[in-house]
Amino acid sequence: MYKYDEYDHAMVEARVAEFSDQVRRRLAGEITEDQFKPLRLMNGLYLQLHAYMLRVAVPYGTLDSRQMHMLAHIARKYDRDYGHFTTRQNIQYNWIKLEDAPAILEDLASVEMHAIQTSGNCIRNISSDQWAGAAADEITDPRPWAELLRQWSSFHPEFSYLPRKFKIAVIAAEEDRAAMRLHDIGIQIVEKDGQHGAAFYVGGGMGRTPMIAPLIKDFVPLDDMLSYAEACLRVYNRYGRRDNIYKARIKILIHELGADEYRRQVEEEWAHVKSLGIDPPKAEFDRIAKQFTPPALDASAPDDIDRSDPDFAVWVDQNVAAHKVPGHAIVNISLKPVGGIPGDASSAQIDLMADLAEKHSHDELRVTHAQNIVLPHVRKADLYAIWQALDTAGLATPNLDLISDIIACPGLDYCSLANARSIPVAQKIAARFSDLGRQKELGELKLKISGCINACGHHHAGHIGILGVDRKGTENYQLLLGGSGAEDVSLGTITGPGFDEDGIVDAIERVTDKYLATRTDGERFVDTFRRVGMAPFKEAIYG
Amino acid sequence: MVEHLQADGEEPCVTLDAFLEQSNATAVRLESDEDARALIPFLDRLKLIEVAFPKFRDGRGYSSARILREAGFTGELRAQGDVLVDQIAYMKRCGFDSFAPEKDLNPADVEAALARWPEHYQGAADGAVPIWKLRHG
Repeated sequence: MYKYDEYDHAMVEARVAEFSDQVRRRLAGEITEDQFKPLRLMNGLYLQLHAYMLRVAVPYGTLDSRQMHMLAHIARKYDRDYGHFTTRQNIQYNWIKLEDAPAILEDLASVEMHAIQTSGNCIRNISSDQWAGAAADEITDPRPWAELLRQWSSFHPEFSYLPRKFKIAVIAAEEDRAAMRLHDIGIQIVEKDGQHGAAFYVGGGMGRTPMIAPLIKDFVPLDDMLSYAEACLRVYNRYGRRDNIYKARIKILIHELGADEYRRQVEEEWAHVKSLGIDPPKAEFDRIAKQFTPPALDASAPDDIDRSDPDFAVWVDQNVAAHKVPGHAIVNISLKPVGGIPGDASSAQIDLMADLAEKHSHDELRVTHAQNIVLPHVRKADLYAIWQALDTAGLATPNLDLISDIIACPGLDYCSLANARSIPVAQKIAARFSDLGRQKELGELKLKISGCINACGHHHAGHIGILGVDRKGTENYQLLLGGSGAEDVSLGTITGPGFDEDGIVDAIERVTDKYLATRTDGERFVDTFRRVGMAPFKEAIYG
Repeated sequence: MVEHLQADGEEPCVTLDAFLEQSNATAVRLESDEDARALIPFLDRLKLIEVAFPKFRDGRGYSSARILREAGFTGELRAQGDVLVDQIAYMKRCGFDSFAPEKDLNPADVEAALARWPEHYQGAADGAVPIWKLRHG
């Protein structure tokens, strides 16, 4: 894992001092809320329906146990004893007092964490593959590339007042576990002539105008990655729309210009930017990469698992994934118990996961964009002990990638932008499909719920997506089918008229029944949908 | 160094259009939606370029400033408009060396803001040595 050096420490400490001073001036009335807003946002502090919400960055979703314990401490000391893991691999706290924010940032800085640029019209936390460094299908660990981008984008003087927020994801495998092409910039590390480089997909995103990012450049050598990113951002900063907040994301610029014209402008800018000497030398990448050296895992560790406990076996089959080193596994901890709030964890649960990581996973944890937690480097021989500990804490729900592993935004229960509640809908769906046998029968089925058109719950990318809207003062839920945030990326299509809260659950059941009756062997829900199209499902839903 | 915070009584700036028509002026004002590159052929005879910030959220002026400095402009580069203490350090990094805020800034706050950052992660237009270079010499 990346460890701060004296420079990284100094930068984060300077930011804490700066923000403490800004909070002081705000509390003293020296600056207006309008002037304070972008400052607090760039420090992750939102004003929600009931209180301030603080979003803490988890760069590329990677944490050690000391950092995870600190997240539990913050939940206990400053919030209501829980935190909410988000689709951008961050954690947010919903009940924060403004005057506590500087102290929280100081606590975070003590474990090399921060809330820098987790909000605001700037380059946000860089996200990545939660299985980085452990997955068998990656060509390299994407996190050193992400860390290089993190440092470049932190306190970037030119790109802190962009037309709109800017999200970057980096992956290095064919399987896309980070919804890479639904980011403003999605980078896939690829290999060409024995060298690794970055393929740049630019202009993806969700929100009210969802777009899949087109490939803008197929191979940017490591030595040029930051200057190329700088050129991409400069074209956007200069020409992205600022007249309409809903048209201000880079996806709209690229849609209006066309990918070819955007590429031409970036190339022209890059020819200039490249000459400025802003790309760090290979030695800097090597310094970072050395800190992501894979842990020493014993490849001769026993590879078999004692499956005599049937509940354990069910969990292994659903939540444990293959590790690149024999005798080891990737443990996926579901934060989606039936009746729970997707992504929420109590301080006790966060502490327990930290302890398990320290004891069994080389002190590493990951946050996933699906709002779950990963222990990336676990000996198969330890799986049973881990499962027992998780089970005791209510963390052993064996539903990874099943219909109840729902992504949901906080919705109208917390969020001032929302039009409808998301959490109760997620809970009702999970309850309706609570029978695990039924869920497994349905197989991989990614269900995603947003409480408004901003799409924080990734509804466009759900095999089944739900969008909450406000229709004449009542909550109404639209149903979308056929989206995907993975390597088979696609955008869902709305089925037709929306439903009330109970009606949407019934409609989903009709959709899944239709799928079971229509599928051929081995077909996932989304495959069947793609094969037969909307019509049969529409008929099943609306008659 | 910040040379001065307030514009004093020098030659008034002309608009970009006016400048391009009668280019004997030595001071020009660039609105946030105007292309800084239009000035590049004339940089050696310009003493002052004033870049407008109609709203502090409008960040186009940061790119304009860098483009002008990267093209070799050595005259005065002034940020004018909704220029607030919390943006001033970034403006300086992008090459601004004077500031004409619509509302007066508290000089102590300005000093604190400009002294806040010990180092910088990335290269910009202020000549600061980025952290990666400090690490590797």
